[in-house]
Amino acid sequence: MITIQKYVRAQSLEEAWQLNQRGRNRIVGGMLWLRLSRGGVGTAIDLSGLGLDKIEETETEFSIGAMATLRQLEQHEGLNAYTGGAVKNALKDIVGVQFRNMATIGGSIWGRFGFSDVLTVFLAMDCCVELYKGGIVPLEQFANMKKDNDILVRLIVKKTPGKMVYTAMRNQRTDFPVLTCALSSIGGQPKAVIGARPAKAMVIRDENGLMPDGKAFAAYVAQNAPTDSNIRGSAAYRTHLVRVLVERAAKELGGM
Amino acid sequence: MDIKLKLNGKAISAQCDADTILLDFLREHGCYSVKRGCDTSNCGLCTVLMDGKPILSCSMLAARADGHSIQTLEGLQEEAADFVGFIADQGADQCGFCNPGFVMNTIALLRENPDPTDDEIRAFLAGNLCRCSGYDGQLRGIRNYLNSRKG
Amino acid sequence: MEQREYKVVGKSFRKKDSMQLLLGKPVYMDDVTPDALVVKILRSPHANAIVQEINTKAARLVPGVVDIYTWEDVPKTRFAIAGQTYPEPSPYDRLILDRHVRFAGDAVAIIAAETEKAAVKAMKLIKVKYEVLEAVLDYHTALDNPILVHPEEDWEPPCEVGGTNKRNLVASGMDADGDVEGVLADCDIVLDRTFHTKAFNQAMMEPFGCFTQLDRYGRLHVVSSTQIVFHTRRILSRALGIPKSRIRVEKPRIGGGFGAKQTAVCDVYPAFVTMKTGRPAKLIYTREESQIAGSPRHEMEVRVRLGADKNGKIRVLDLYTLSNSGAYGEHGPTTVGLSGHKSIPLYTGSLEAYRFGYDVVYTNLQAAGAYRGYGATQGIFAVESVVNELAEALGIDPTLIRDMNMVKEGMVMPAYYGETANACALDRCMAHCKRIFGWDEKYPVRDMGDGKVRAAGVAMAMQGSCISNVDVGSATVKLSEDGTYNLLIGAADMGTGCDTILAQMVAEMMDCSFDDVAVFGADTDASPYDSGSYASSTTYITGKAVEKACTELKTKICAIGAELLGCEPEAVVMESGRVRKIDTDQTISLTDIAYKAQVNNSIPAEATATHSSPVSPPPYMVGMVEIELDKLTGLVTILDYMAVVDCGIPINPALARIQTEGGIVQGIGHTLMENVTYDSHGRPAESSFMQYKVPTRLDMGRLKVEFEHSYEPTGPFGAKSIGEIVINTPAPAIAHAIARATGVWHRELPITPEKVAMSAAEQK
Repeated sequence: MITIQKYVRAQSLEEAWQLNQRGRNRIVGGMLWLRLSRGGVGTAIDLSGLGLDKIEETETEFSIGAMATLRQLEQHEGLNAYTGGAVKNALKDIVGVQFRNMATIGGSIWGRFGFSDVLTVFLAMDCCVELYKGGIVPLEQFANMKKDNDILVRLIVKKTPGKMVYTAMRNQRTDFPVLTCALSSIGGQPKAVIGARPAKAMVIRDENGLMPDGKAFAAYVAQNAPTDSNIRGSAAYRTHLVRVLVERAAKELGGM
Repeated sequence: MDIKLKLNGKAISAQCDADTILLDFLREHGCYSVKRGCDTSNCGLCTVLMDGKPILSCSMLAARADGHSIQTLEGLQEEAADFVGFIADQGADQCGFCNPGFVMNTIALLRENPDPTDDEIRAFLAGNLCRCSGYDGQLRGIRNYLNSRKG
Repeated sequence: MEQREYKVVGKSFRKKDSMQLLLGKPVYMDDVTPDALVVKILRSPHANAIVQEINTKAARLVPGVVDIYTWEDVPKTRFAIAGQTYPEPSPYDRLILDRHVRFAGDAVAIIAAETEKAAVKAMKLIKVKYEVLEAVLDYHTALDNPILVHPEEDWEPPCEVGGTNKRNLVASGMDADGDVEGVLADCDIVLDRTFHTKAFNQAMMEPFGCFTQLDRYGRLHVVSSTQIVFHTRRILSRALGIPKSRIRVEKPRIGGGFGAKQTAVCDVYPAFVTMKTGRPAKLIYTREESQIAGSPRHEMEVRVRLGADKNGKIRVLDLYTLSNSGAYGEHGPTTVGLSGHKSIPLYTGSLEAYRFGYDVVYTNLQAAGAYRGYGATQGIFAVESVVNELAEALGIDPTLIRDMNMVKEGMVMPAYYGETANACALDRCMAHCKRIFGWDEKYPVRDMGDGKVRAAGVAMAMQGSCISNVDVGSATVKLSEDGTYNLLIGAADMGTGCDTILAQMVAEMMDCSFDDVAVFGADTDASPYDSGSYASSTTYITGKAVEKACTELKTKICAIGAELLGCEPEAVVMESGRVRKIDTDQTISLTDIAYKAQVNNSIPAEATATHSSPVSPPPYMVGMVEIELDKLTGLVTILDYMAVVDCGIPINPALARIQTEGGIVQGIGHTLMENVTYDSHGRPAESSFMQYKVPTRLDMGRLKVEFEHSYEPTGPFGAKSIGEIVINTPAPAIAHAIARATGVWHRELPITPEKVAMSAAEQK
C-alpha cells in the first residue's frame, strides 16, 4: 500500500519539472507499479494533462510523446510498417491489453528496467529521447545515464532506412521475458540488442561484419552480453538463449 | 481532494485522497462488480473502461479519473446481457470472481473488433486470468454468440 | 451397464447463479458484508524464531488503531485449522498467535483499525525483537533433525497417525500386499525412479477472506469464503474457547477454492478481534498473503520401484513418499495416503504385490494443505511416468501396455482398501481417447525443422468419490405453497456448480422443472450437517442425501395428499406434480397439499436425509497431449490436450466438462510454468502473480473433453465424482511427450524451458 500526500495534474512541463526537483515527489506514468514502490510519495506529478500522448509521423521521423501508451504503439500502423512489425512483436505479450492501455512509453523507457521489451526494441532503432532540461540524447546514452530529476518528454525515431526483427523468450506467455533480443541493420549499421539478461538491454555492434553468418554473430554476441541468474533463468541458460535467438533473428533479418 | 467524473454515464463529484486507488473508489461508490485479485497488475479482475478503453482500476489513482468517463459492469448490463448467456450455457462462469473483468474486456474487444477470430479473442483477453474454467468454455461461449449474430 | 432415461439429470442446465455472476452482482464476502474494523496480520520475516519482545506502544498511537494483539493475549489451547471430520487426523499444533514463529509469514500480531491505512501504518510501527533460530528448510533432513519445528509439550494429535513432534514427524505409515521383494527379484525389468513435485498454489481468484460480527443474540456470526462451514464452526469454537451454540458460520458465493478453502486459513483472526472488541471485523488476504501464508499443495518426493516382465506385464509396484507438511500439520497425514492409494490401484489388472510407505515431516516453510487431487496428483505423476518409461524401454506402445495392466470393471482392488471396481470404463476411456486424439498418427515423433519437434504423451488417473466411512452429506427438501421446492444444503458451491446439480437431482426426483427448485447453502444455523465440499464428495455423498430426502418427502406429500383425498397413504401415488388416488384416478395438486400442510397439520412438508458411504468409487480418466517442443529454447507449446473421463453418469455434462478443462489447465500450469522456490532464509520467491505464473489463455492449447459413462450403483443416478481427478493427467502426459521429443525424462515439476533446453544440450 502506497501513501501519496498530494496529486497534481501538471499544467505545464515547467510546473512538473519544478515539482519534481523536491525529494519525495515523483512523476507518475502508467501508474502500474506505482503502489509497489517502497516509501511514501510526497506529490504525485501527473503528466496526463499535457497532450504528451500523441504519436506524430513525418517524412523523416516519428515523434512519440512520453504519455503515449504501449497499446497505441502496438497499433500504430506507420511505426509497425517502418519496423516490420517489430514494435508489435515486442509489445504484444506484455501482460494484457488493459496493462498496455496504461503503460506509457515514457515510464517504460525512463525506468530502464532490466526486463524491458520496450527498451530492447527501441535501442535497435535510430532513436533519441528528448529530456525537458537535458535536451535530445541518443537512447543508448540515455539508457546508461543515472536517474535524475529531469523529465522525459518524447522519443524520436528517425526513419533511417533499414530493417529489424524482434524476438524474446518467455516461460509463460505474458510473463516478463527470460531474454529479449532485437537485431537491426539501420543506416548500414548492423547490431544486436540483448535485454532481460536480466540486467537492462545493451547494444552490441557487429563490428566485424559477422551478421550474415548467423552462428558466428550469435557466438560473438553471446561473448559480449554478460548474463546473470534470477528466478526466471540461470546465466548459462540465458547465454544459451542469446546464441539461439540471435542466430534465428540473424537468419530472419537476412531473409528480409 | 475533489474530483469530477462520469461514472456509468452519470456525472458525479466526489472526495478522494491523493492515494485513493480507482478500484477502491469505485467499490465505495457501489460498483461491487470491480474485484481485486492481485496487487501487481497481473490478473485483470479489476478491468473497467476509461473513456471507452479497458484499464486496470487497481493500478490507477482515482485522481487521474478526474475529468474522464469510467464505466463498470454496473453501467453496461444490457451490452453484457447480449452475450454472457452463451458463456453460462457452457457452464464457464464457474466461481465468477473473474467474470466482471473478463466481461468488461470482452465488451472492449467486441467494440473494437466485432468479428474476431479465436486467436484474436485469446490475444485480447490474455490479461484476464481465470483459474476455474480452463478458458476454453469462455471461448466457446463467445464463439457461439458471434455465430448467433451471423444468424 | 444400467442405462436409464432421465428428464433433468444428464442435461446441461446453466448454473443457478450464472447470470448473477456474469453480470457482476454483489455476491461475495466483501460485497455482502458491511464496512468493519480492518484486520491486518504482522508476519514474521524469519523461518524459525522466538518473539523475545514485542512493543506495540507507538503503533497503538496511530489514529484509527483500535487494538493490537500479541501472543500474550490469545487462548492457550492448541488447535488445527484443517477442515476435517472430528477427530481430525491433523495435529493440534497451532495457537492463534504463538511466541514461536515457524515460517517466514507466520503470524506475529493482529492489528485492528478503523481503516486499512491506519492498520498498515501501525504494522510498520510494531517493534519486534526476535531470537532467530536455525531453520529446517530441506525436508530431506527434517526427520530426527535436532532442530524441532514443534518442540512444545502441548502438541496433540487428535488421532493416532504415526507422528511425533519430537522427530519432526507429522505422520508415518505403511501398507502392503504380497511378496514385494520376491516379485521384484523375479522381474525381467525393474525401474527405480524418484519424482519431485512442489508446493503449488491453488491461486483461486478470490483470496482468503472472512467477516465476523456479533449477531442480534450476541453470537459470533462469521461470513467466510469457505468450503467447510461446519468444520469452521468447530475450529473456531476450540480456538476461541466458546460453545458452538454461540457461533454461526455461513458462506456467500465463493471465488474459487480448489481445496485452499478447506482450511480455515484466516478465520480465527477477525473472529478473535470481534470477540475482543465486540465490533464487526474483516480480514481479506492480499495476494501475497494468499501465496505465502495460505494452504498450498504438499511438496512430495515419490520413489517408485516398478517390476515387470519383458512382455510389459506390470507385476509389482513399491512406492515410498516423503511429504513436506511445512510448519503445521494440516492435511499432512491424509494427503500423503492418496499418493499411493490412488495410483497403485490403476494397475490392479496385473499386480501381484505392492507396498506403499510414507513419512510426513515438518519443516520451517509455509504449511501445506488440501489442493484438488490431494496427494493423488503427486503419486500419479510418479507411477504414470514410470509406466511410460517402461513402455518406451520395452518398445511397447504405452497405450497397449496399459490395456494389458489396467484395472477393469468387477476387479477387486487390494491397494484400494479391497474395494471392487463396480463401475469402471477406464478401458473404454483409453480406446475413446486414442480415437479422438488420433494416437496412432501423433505418437511418432515428428521433426518440424528449425529445432522443433512434435510428440505425444499419455496418462491415466483415478481419484475417489468421498472419504469412505467418514464423510457425511445431508439435504433438506421443502415443499412451498405453489408446488415449488427449496433445497437446503451444507455443502459449499465454490463455483463448481454443486448447487445446480443437486437441484437437478431434486427436479428429477420430484418430477418438477429445474426452475422450480431453489437452493440455499451453506449456513450452520440453517443447513443440515454436511462435512463440506471436498474429497470429491458433494455429487456422490450429498447427492445421495438429496435423493433420499426426496424419497422421504414424497412419502410425506403422499400422506398429506391421502388425508385430503380421504384415504390411506398407501392408496395414493405422486406423479407429474400431483398426488393421485390409484383406484379412482382422483388427483390433488401440490399447491393444495402445500396449503394443507400449513393448516391443522402434523406431517411436515419437508424432509431431511443424511448419507455416508462405506465405499469411495473411483472415477477414471485418460489424458493425451500433443506438444511442439523447441529443442533450442526448450519451449514446450501445448497443441492439443484431449481427455476422456468416466465419472459414472455426469449429472450436468457441461459442468463436468468445464471441471475437466479447468483441472487440465491447472495441471498444465504445474507441469510447465508454476514454480515455488525459496531464498536461503526460507522466504518464497513466487509471492505474487507477477512471479507465480498461472497459465493464461495463450498457454493451454486446444482442449477436447469427452465422457465414457459407467453406472455406479451406490451413487445418485449412477454418478461418481469429477472435481479432483481432472488435475492428475497433465504432468505425466506432458513429461512423457517431452521425453519422446528429447529423450530426457523429467522427474521434477515444473519442467521449465530451461530444464528442457539445458538437459537436451547436455545430452548432445
